[in-house]
Amino acid sequence: MTAQTMFQKIWSRHAVTEEEGEILLHIDRALIHEGSSHAFAKLDAQQRTVARPRQIFAFNDHYVPTTGRDKGVAGIANPEIRNMVLTLAANAAKHGITLFGIDDPRQGILHIVPPEQGITQPGLVIVGADSHTSTHGAFGCLAFGVGASEMMHVMASQTLWQRIPKTMRITVAGATGFGVTAKDVILAIIARIGVGGGAGHVIEYAGSTMTAMSMESRMTVCNMSIEAGARAGMVRPDETTFSYMRGRPYAPKGTAWDEALAFWKTLPTDADAVFDREVELDGAAIAPMVTWGTSPENALPVTGRVPDPRDAPDEAASVEIQAALDYMALQPGTALADIRIDRVFIGSCTNGRIEDLRAAAAIAKLGRARIPAWVVPGSRLVQKQAENEGLDQVFRAAGFEWRDPGCSMCTAINGDQLQPGERCASTSNRNFRGRQGTGGRTHLVSPAMAAAAALEGRLTDVRELMTKA
Amino acid sequence: MTAIAAPIDEPNIDTNQLCPTRFNKVPRGPEYAQILFHDRRFELNGAEKDFILNREPYRCAQIIVADRNWGGGSSRESAVYALYEFGIRCVIASSFGDIHANNCVKNGLLPVVLTEAEVVAMRKELHDRPGATMTVDLAAQTVTDAAGRVHDFSIHPVRKKCLLEGLDDLARTRQYIERFEIFEEAYRKDRPWLYGN
Repeated sequence: MTAQTMFQKIWSRHAVTEEEGEILLHIDRALIHEGSSHAFAKLDAQQRTVARPRQIFAFNDHYVPTTGRDKGVAGIANPEIRNMVLTLAANAAKHGITLFGIDDPRQGILHIVPPEQGITQPGLVIVGADSHTSTHGAFGCLAFGVGASEMMHVMASQTLWQRIPKTMRITVAGATGFGVTAKDVILAIIARIGVGGGAGHVIEYAGSTMTAMSMESRMTVCNMSIEAGARAGMVRPDETTFSYMRGRPYAPKGTAWDEALAFWKTLPTDADAVFDREVELDGAAIAPMVTWGTSPENALPVTGRVPDPRDAPDEAASVEIQAALDYMALQPGTALADIRIDRVFIGSCTNGRIEDLRAAAAIAKLGRARIPAWVVPGSRLVQKQAENEGLDQVFRAAGFEWRDPGCSMCTAINGDQLQPGERCASTSNRNFRGRQGTGGRTHLVSPAMAAAAALEGRLTDVRELMTKA
Repeated sequence: MTAIAAPIDEPNIDTNQLCPTRFNKVPRGPEYAQILFHDRRFELNGAEKDFILNREPYRCAQIIVADRNWGGGSSRESAVYALYEFGIRCVIASSFGDIHANNCVKNGLLPVVLTEAEVVAMRKELHDRPGATMTVDLAAQTVTDAAGRVHDFSIHPVRKKCLLEGLDDLARTRQYIERFEIFEEAYRKDRPWLYGN
């Protein structure tokens, strides 16, 4: 038999039929949120029902407030936002879809909760009404984001027409240095291949750096695949994956577990399989990263300086850098570690898991926040775990604000947002213009780097604080 | 289609620029014409900024000639609603965000991929002759630029059919319903652990 990549194995096992070069894919599970209102509107307009409601999961995350949650939906002051939360609940009830609602003790972000619950499993095809659905690929499944029309098609048929993407393997080898996290690894990858580098491809992340990572770290890497232009990123399932999954509510149990495990072990890419593109990075050479511009590819080691448009290779690149610097209000040549910060945001589907909060708390306890710094757990379970470990007390004692779970200031539509001109060190995934609020300026960093920025009031090489400690 | 083409030189126009997140909840409708590039086109007080789509004759543009990585980022289909309601029917770029390109086709908007050199030259011509028209012929798979040169482009046959005939994906899927049910039965038998909860 021809050697296959993990992607090819999963894809071929989900292909129902082919027509004119498009494959009708069986979709195992679909994830939706309040913003999926357009997909439901399309479903209603065509008077269709949800074909397999037990395979659709709905989450209150994008629009929920991150304070005052004790009052539930009634606590949402803005009627339009409240309506989004109510509409999702109504649609879920109408169609028999499982909802992780605002009051649910398991509530959280649609890319944090399914792994916690065991809904995300190796070998599946998962689609989500959100581009960061790539996160789930950390378990060795094919997971990608879709728009409202495609989500409507999935809900109505549990299938989706897709063209076969190309494959890319990114091998990161070597032990990462002191103070370097999964966020730095993925920012280094994006800086290397560019924001369009993965377009049309599914990425498999491989190599000893990836193998050594926890599930939380692998999710951080896969999460930002879309920032490299790839709809999906994946990591081969291994003992780290299986031990994470064991005992999760939706994970198989007893003999079913053994059966599933045997199947999962067949998934990794065969030794002789060929990828359309191969990229290699030295994991040991990666430093704590920070973005300086308005694209995730504008990432540099924190020891670097703001680039000078005059050093650009051509006129177009020069104009592009200058436009980013104008928006970010930065001068060429400024040391990144001299950039003053107004706000800090720690959370999101990229960095809102327990490991992220532990890393941030380890830095927070070294001092006191000089600027407003928010910590927003990715889910109720992460929040509870952190509180059991006393992390909330660490953050509060250091002057950080401990909030309730949701997407919050990553997507900035629940009311949590930057004011025009404010500059934020953020653990989220996008530094696009206005992403965190109209006129807001975002520097993407790891949780430890974000906490360090809070203590110093400027972008800071977290390794300096760690060394002093 | 022959229409006024607006050159947008900036690369990496993400879907947040096309439709700022706070507008995602707006139901599909004509309001989206104002939402397109909202924060690039309007001040916080609603006054117009100097942005190409606020200038004549580009207010009537139906074609955008862009740069690379148009429509990267968020999967929001509202970005396409905004383009469509403004009047845009075709975006020409050297590359597109994958999800956005799919969303375009599902909503009757044609994404045309040409080379970087072609889009750069086309934009220069459009800057030199503001308000010049271009012609896009999907059936023939050609773009005629402002100088009258004809550029061929390739497009997947299903996408082409979808745009030309308004192909209904679900109708297409329904033809395979029996095959799907057989597939699903075998699939469930193979992976019983997925259906326990």
